[in-house]
Amino acid sequence: MNSIQNDVRNFVADNFLFGEDPAALHNDDSFLETGIIDSTGVLELVAFIEDHYSVEVDDDELIPENLDSIDRLIAFIESKLKELA
Amino acid sequence: MCGIAGIIRSDLAPVEQSELQAMIETLNHRGPDASGISTFGFVGFAHSRLSIVDLAGGLQPMQTPDGLLTITFNGEIFNHIELRAHLKNKGYEFRTHSDTEVILHMYAEYGPECVQHFNGQWAFAIHDRKRQEVFLSRDRMGIRPLVYTQTQGRLSFASEVKALFALPDVKREVDLKSLNELFTFWSPLPPRTFFAGVNELPPAHSMIVKNGQVKIWQYWHLDYQPNEESRSLDDWADELRELLINATQLRLRADVSVGAYLSGGLDSSVTAAIIRNYTNAPLNTFSVNFNDKDYDESSYQQEMIRELGTDHQTVCCSYEDIGRIFPTVIQHTEKPVLRTAPAPMYLLSKLVRDSQFKVVMTGEGADEVLGGYDLFKETKIRRFWSRQPDSAIRPLLLKRLYPYMKNLQAQSPAYLKAFFKIRQDELDSPFFSHLPRWDLTSKLKSFFSNDVKQQLVNQDPLADFESQLPQQFSEWPSFCQAQYLESINLMPGYILSSQGDRMAMGNSIEGRFPFLDYRVVEFASRVPVRFKMNGLNEKYLLKYAMRDLIPESIRKRPKQPYRAPDAHSFIDTETQSARFEYVNHLLSAEKLQDNGLFQPEAVQRLVKKMEQGRAIGTRDNMALVGILSTQLLVEQMIHGQTVSTNPTRHSSAISLT
Repeated sequence: MNSIQNDVRNFVADNFLFGEDPAALHNDDSFLETGIIDSTGVLELVAFIEDHYSVEVDDDELIPENLDSIDRLIAFIESKLKELA
Repeated sequence: MCGIAGIIRSDLAPVEQSELQAMIETLNHRGPDASGISTFGFVGFAHSRLSIVDLAGGLQPMQTPDGLLTITFNGEIFNHIELRAHLKNKGYEFRTHSDTEVILHMYAEYGPECVQHFNGQWAFAIHDRKRQEVFLSRDRMGIRPLVYTQTQGRLSFASEVKALFALPDVKREVDLKSLNELFTFWSPLPPRTFFAGVNELPPAHSMIVKNGQVKIWQYWHLDYQPNEESRSLDDWADELRELLINATQLRLRADVSVGAYLSGGLDSSVTAAIIRNYTNAPLNTFSVNFNDKDYDESSYQQEMIRELGTDHQTVCCSYEDIGRIFPTVIQHTEKPVLRTAPAPMYLLSKLVRDSQFKVVMTGEGADEVLGGYDLFKETKIRRFWSRQPDSAIRPLLLKRLYPYMKNLQAQSPAYLKAFFKIRQDELDSPFFSHLPRWDLTSKLKSFFSNDVKQQLVNQDPLADFESQLPQQFSEWPSFCQAQYLESINLMPGYILSSQGDRMAMGNSIEGRFPFLDYRVVEFASRVPVRFKMNGLNEKYLLKYAMRDLIPESIRKRPKQPYRAPDAHSFIDTETQSARFEYVNHLLSAEKLQDNGLFQPEAVQRLVKKMEQGRAIGTRDNMALVGILSTQLLVEQMIHGQTVSTNPTRHSSAISLT
């Protein structure tokens, strides 16, 4: 569990948080509301999830409910991993 | 077309020739054919000339025989022949065939209101000895540049900032407010420039300098009312066609050959087709191609070349070409850019110059004036969607609008809604059309250093822009509001300057733009919106009016915005390193720290992402180009350093070029 959180936080910090302090991003902050993600960012997130966890993300799963905060990402990744198991 | 400079002293001390000389030498690229300096006590003018009209008689600065009026002028008054006839009827006598002399006599007859009679592109200053004042003016659309600065005891003006920086009393300093505006709108709001204390005279403005006092006013306004609803499509089309033909014919008035750009798009095809069909001028066309086929339009260019039978030349542009000339490009733009798109235009104007041409006709302005940009379509779709925000189908139109944006194709409606801004407060904003672009651009400010962020904390660029909007703005149709914003902001601030005048004049080439003839602009502002954008068919009236001159494949092709490769031009993802030494140098932690504008760690994270090929989006690309061009400007224009374009050791640039 902790490792998913670390991986996700690191990915977001390295790819989207250039000028912001990574520590200031809360796990429940919306990526859209804080403006740290653009249309490409959504796809970068999906590519990260697919590559890193060897899962497939369906088109209808590309929704803010699954992807729009650290917490939501963790929950989404966990559910995908459960599907695999 | 030329470079101009001048000094007006309010302390009434004499102007020194050597200072004017130093100023005008920096503008040699704008006018390599001749230069001249005149001083008259506390006023002095300088001029560097690119000879186009009246090659023998048009030397400047030019004076009336009585010595009362002197002018330094950059540009063209295309209707000078008609104005000359008018003045002759009134008894004026002419010594030359130049349009410069026409301006002098028009000023003598009408004073500052003379500009209302001009059809052209200009920036000039007239010294009026009797009134003891200097009158300066700039054309309606902002085609020709004019900047000025006030220091102790004097006002200095010039075509470009570098001429002002030739003076010892002009400070070289970044204007942070302007940086903030540029990283919102792509260009500072006039009159600000990138440099503190240096202003531009905004488009459609005139100015009088007298006794150290400056008076500035707007002499012409864009207005989108009334929308004449009763006229038929054919009626509008006939008038547009007639106007465009005449605007093109006027712009072929020159004593040298005129070439034409041919991009493969509709607008330059129209100007080229008019030259072919309605004038006797030989048609030489020029275009730029890209090695990277994502950006290339050569198949459409070939089609127009076949259709028109033009004598055509092309220049091919690689990633390395863009990276190599970028420092030169920025030396000419004199403001940061967020895209590399100006760079290929510089290569193109060089091709024109090498082919012994001095003047090119282009299709610039058609998208703003006749409603061509994707942004206008996007606005229409967003309004349409906002009426049924829960519709699953309406947002799909946005995907159809941007077939070339692969990243958008995969998005769900929920994400599209967030990115395309259709919330109530956004719908109510006067800037509704531009919010997605400005919002995306503003994200780049996260790279600003903490110090810069702190100094900008109370700045609100959108509020500043809103305070500049004319009163009638709220009464215009949404589509026209978007057109207006594009026409007064991005067009003069970026398209006509960074990508236009500066790239052409960098190689001593003058651009001419039939779509920006003020009669075309005024006409188009009256055309009902449904004829500009019919459904989602952009520039409908133009296509309809020119349907017999332009092949169907060009009229019906999907519109492709002019773009060039961005980050790839500087960073090679194969070797995972910068292509040029200056990129490493200017993006190094030390250099970023020294200049103090951007956070070194943030920039370095971005560069790493680029090197590893993980940066694929617009925002990351714009950030890199914006930061690099800002660093280049500070290095070159503030520190006065030259930047070498040596390739790095790892770079493949050596073997490829």
